[in-house]
Amino acid sequence: MLQNFIPPYTARVVEKLIGAGAIVFGKTNMDEFGMGCGTLESIFGPTKNVWGLEEYRIGGGELSSFSDWRIPGGSSGGSAVAVASGICFAALGSDTGGSTRNPASYCGLIGLKPTYGLLSRHGLIPLVNSMDVPGILTRTVDDCATILNVVKGFDENDSTSFEGNLPPVQISPHFSLKGVRIGIPDEFSCPGMDPEVIQCWKDTSDILEKSGACVSPMSLPHTKYSIACYGVLNPCEVASNMARYDGLRYGHRTPHPKLNSTQGLYAQTRHEGFNHVVRGRILAGNYFLLKENYDKYFMQALKIRRLISMDFEKVWHSGFDLLFTPVTLSAAPTYSDFIQLDNRTQTSVQDYCTQSANMAGIPALSLPIKLNSKGLPLSLQLIGPMFSEPKLLNVAKCIERIVDFPQLKSIPR
Amino acid sequence: MRTPSILNKLKFGHYLIPKDFNLVGGIRSFIPRPEGWESVIGIEVHAQIDTNSKLFSSSEVKYGAPVNTKVSLFDAAIPGTLPVLNRKCVEAGILTSLALSCQINKVSYFDRKHYFYADLPTGYQITQQRKAIAYDGHCKFIVYTPGFHKKPYYSTAKIRQIQLEQDSGKSIHDLNSNRSLIDLNRAGLPLMEIVFEPDLKDGEEAAALVKELSDILLSLGTCNCKMEEGSLRVDANISVNRHGEGLGTRTEVKNLNSVRALVNAIEFEVRRQIQVIEAGGVIVNETRSYDSQMKETLPMRDKEVKQDYRFMPEPNLPPLRLVDIPDEEADSALVNIAQVRQRLPELPEMKRQRLVQKFNLNIGMAILIMNTPGFLTYFESVMELLPLPSGVRVAKVLHKVAIPALSEQDIDLDSCPIPHHVFAELYKLVESDTLNLVKAHEVFILLLNGDSRNPAQIVTDKVWMKVNDDEAISTICLQILSENSAVRAKYKTTKHEKHVNKLMGAVRKATAGKYDMRKVDICLRKFLQE
Repeated sequence: MLQNFIPPYTARVVEKLIGAGAIVFGKTNMDEFGMGCGTLESIFGPTKNVWGLEEYRIGGGELSSFSDWRIPGGSSGGSAVAVASGICFAALGSDTGGSTRNPASYCGLIGLKPTYGLLSRHGLIPLVNSMDVPGILTRTVDDCATILNVVKGFDENDSTSFEGNLPPVQISPHFSLKGVRIGIPDEFSCPGMDPEVIQCWKDTSDILEKSGACVSPMSLPHTKYSIACYGVLNPCEVASNMARYDGLRYGHRTPHPKLNSTQGLYAQTRHEGFNHVVRGRILAGNYFLLKENYDKYFMQALKIRRLISMDFEKVWHSGFDLLFTPVTLSAAPTYSDFIQLDNRTQTSVQDYCTQSANMAGIPALSLPIKLNSKGLPLSLQLIGPMFSEPKLLNVAKCIERIVDFPQLKSIPR
Repeated sequence: MRTPSILNKLKFGHYLIPKDFNLVGGIRSFIPRPEGWESVIGIEVHAQIDTNSKLFSSSEVKYGAPVNTKVSLFDAAIPGTLPVLNRKCVEAGILTSLALSCQINKVSYFDRKHYFYADLPTGYQITQQRKAIAYDGHCKFIVYTPGFHKKPYYSTAKIRQIQLEQDSGKSIHDLNSNRSLIDLNRAGLPLMEIVFEPDLKDGEEAAALVKELSDILLSLGTCNCKMEEGSLRVDANISVNRHGEGLGTRTEVKNLNSVRALVNAIEFEVRRQIQVIEAGGVIVNETRSYDSQMKETLPMRDKEVKQDYRFMPEPNLPPLRLVDIPDEEADSALVNIAQVRQRLPELPEMKRQRLVQKFNLNIGMAILIMNTPGFLTYFESVMELLPLPSGVRVAKVLHKVAIPALSEQDIDLDSCPIPHHVFAELYKLVESDTLNLVKAHEVFILLLNGDSRNPAQIVTDKVWMKVNDDEAISTICLQILSENSAVRAKYKTTKHEKHVNKLMGAVRKATAGKYDMRKVDICLRKFLQE
């Protein structure tokens, strides 16, 4: 739909980066309209994870191709690979159900989902307006803080933008893990989770405890409803947000309409312009929003969302500073394994650990810990209360120092 | 299908209107309905808020601007743009709601109403469905069409709610080239939708309500109420039922762009519905449009299927929160209802009551004064120079002398060049029985054309003083009667009034209108009896 669309304005967060002297030198691949978690659903083709790619190379030199590859995650997979491969200093993504943290995990990067409202959404094409945030992908925590301090802040063009004046986040070398109360939610070890991930989680929690943090188990009882809840709210917003794509003012317009009416023009344009994932979600969303279904699905989902949000509130009130959880269920799967499940099923599986932070609007950060037995990154996640980015980043920095994750380095010829 | 009996009913059917309709309004409509039928009407008014920019974007609001020049990125639904609420629109909404005696919701929400149409760029309209800014109000209005209603009566229409919402763009269908032309200048313009309960009985009442509402909105400055420009649009919900039965199925008539269209559309639709039912048919709940050339309502093709608008809360706009802090010093980032309340001006009904109380006018005259451009201001200024009790007569002289003279030159009282004190002098001459109205009219015209003498001087110079002398009147009456013996004879046989009028006319002509015509009348009739 937007293949040849050139935006007539610049997004606020990008404007801020340019204003601070950043050089923007490209746009990256993603799942169409942010719907997906593998960066496969793109008319430009899939993006391959740079990690573990050599294993599948066939042929040599410039004629080599790949028999298979590891997926970079999604939907912001292109941005993750760009940063992981060293092409750029940092990249922006978006995070609605985990779309920044998921690829960060698979590509061994810091992936920050900021507090909802901290970064302006003016210029972010909406997926789910009430959950979307621009995301930040970097190789180190320091880089992440640098970018965050530039792009955060109130924007009058975004009515959901936070108006308060928050000081810049400072990564302090004196920050200590001593006394930081970290919670380990029971519900986050889900069926199908890779044993290596679970082991990594345990081991790192022990490291935290040894470093002086108070680590203890706790519960987020409504976690298991998060996926179903998202499965209703997402399509509803999608159906609404995609209604503007009719090909009249911008974007793809079908060159040969079969029917001689405005309705016919719309239908064909939208059929041609959207992939099957987008169309499926539009239909589902319209179904849920029908008058007779509204209370059964949409209203119910809103109530469950409130319960999930309240779970987190209770946790912060009971004294926990942060939560420590897995972020993806495994290291990066291969493309051939990944496509065994369809898009909808796949996203409902992969979003398990990341989704609930978007429900509650709270910040979450994916950080790489170690390589698994296959040499692929394993990452874990920190979740904090609203506007706790300073604490999140400082704790992440401590962990980063301790685990010393082996970043990719370019090898000179 | 019409049968002769129905035709007869419509042509000759009527019921007797009770003689003394009091000011509360009768149970039945003044407009005759076929025996046993009554009509029920409720209107929905869309009023464009008169602000500089649109409801959610900073595009300029300007009627008649070149096509598609007042369209921001948000108005064109460019991806990634977000709505930002215009504070002045909220204040206008509150001011209007207060003037219409509504309850204000301190928290209200915005929703998306989805449908596909070429003039709706986002594919949804941002409106207020769950909880609007105001509810439960009413509008008291006077129904009085001179020549139609015997005397004015009050009625009240309750208001269900007032909501803020976006206007759509405009589309023109070019059937010759088989294309539609879309102008988005109007897309996103702020509207107040005022939803009335079905409290109206006929088209004239609807017209009166719209008139009063327009006067109120104009005095508030929240809407310029130009129906012909589309800044005020009215939809009518119409149903009929037999006396004693419940409400019938209603139809909705949209796109009425003048008060006359409103009245005619309602009256046509009422007649149509009655015809259909009496012929054995049923009324379908449908949307119809009005053809002002054929003066009939027609079904609207695209609205045949019932629409499900799939309402969803607008996620990009937080709830609209208002405060009500009477403290004058209060400086609130939130819109303060109390501060808006202070800006309420004197509303039309208050003005009318004030005229009635202060000058002892009857309500009909008060209505006339307020409905005639410039009358109120001119009248009040003149009255500052004259004693209060003369108000009634001053109004009468303005009405019978000034207005006709000015309208001949196509000007209103607000552009009347005659200074107030000069008019006051003219009035005093009439009051003191020195001048009759016929001659007063002629003096006024002279003044209008630039005569710089004061009225008393003109009257003296032209010898236009009123002749009251009984003897002179007797003389002229006898003279006219002797010159018109044929007319006198005709009157003797037929006793028809027109003969008296003819004689009166002759007297007026012969005396250049100076004589006291009331006395002439009495005198003539006395002689005719003999």
